[in-house]
Amino acid sequence: MASALINVPKTAKRGEIIEIKTLMSHIMETGYRRTAEGEIVSRDIITSFTCRFNGAEIFRADLFPAIAANPFITFFTVAAESGKFEFEWIGDKGFAETASASISVE
Amino acid sequence: MREEDTTSRRQFLGLAGGAAMLGAVPVVTLRPAEATPAMLATAIRNVVGAAVVRTGRVKLDVPPLVENGNTVPMTVSVSSPMTSDDYVKSIHVFNEKNPQPNIGNFYLGHHAGRAQISTRIRLADSQKIVAIAHLSDGSFWSVSADVVVTLAACTDEVI
Repeated sequence: MASALINVPKTAKRGEIIEIKTLMSHIMETGYRRTAEGEIVSRDIITSFTCRFNGAEIFRADLFPAIAANPFITFFTVAAESGKFEFEWIGDKGFAETASASISVE
Repeated sequence: MREEDTTSRRQFLGLAGGAAMLGAVPVVTLRPAEATPAMLATAIRNVVGAAVVRTGRVKLDVPPLVENGNTVPMTVSVSSPMTSDDYVKSIHVFNEKNPQPNIGNFYLGHHAGRAQISTRIRLADSQKIVAIAHLSDGSFWSVSADVVVTLAACTDEVI
């Protein structure tokens, strides 16, 4: 069962720059490793991460096998109004997970 | 006597070197395709197109020496006012020697407030990392950093 960890401040002053930290548990199998029998272990990674605030995209990332297991991504945004952050991870083998966090802006 | 010893030692070393060379060839062909500096250049071209990439404005924070290539913390920041008419559109990170030249593409906007991202990456060997920022005026800025990896993220690892 995949699980996400999100760190967003609960409150912020209007116009403040806030840091958002995200971590999704995922093996991020590169597709370059082999089993003892010499067969290649097929690739299984998260390929895309998106963050939306009140429906509008504010951050997006394309991930490659060179991203470490359990992708940890942090970025910044300006707290303009109260609302909801929605996070989405999409990957190989039908992987799709979402998470959300709310912020109140004074 | 002494002289003879030196000669035979030299011959032996020569033979050993030759054997090592011969041995190295199949090893190289068996390995998965490794990104080369040429692949790195192609991957960068795919992102920047024909634009000129200038050096500066981008800061790439990676440890110069890492023990474990499986998880290397990395922070990229770009000096930019991040206003609605002057901001960083995207940050692209590349490597020289992993099986693939790409590490990640990160798309921001002026609402980011600060052009900075962090993540953790894998490095299959001691190598050069390149970060390129695409600004809203269409210019590209880059920086590179060298990382020495003592335990590589093994692509040949048997599991």
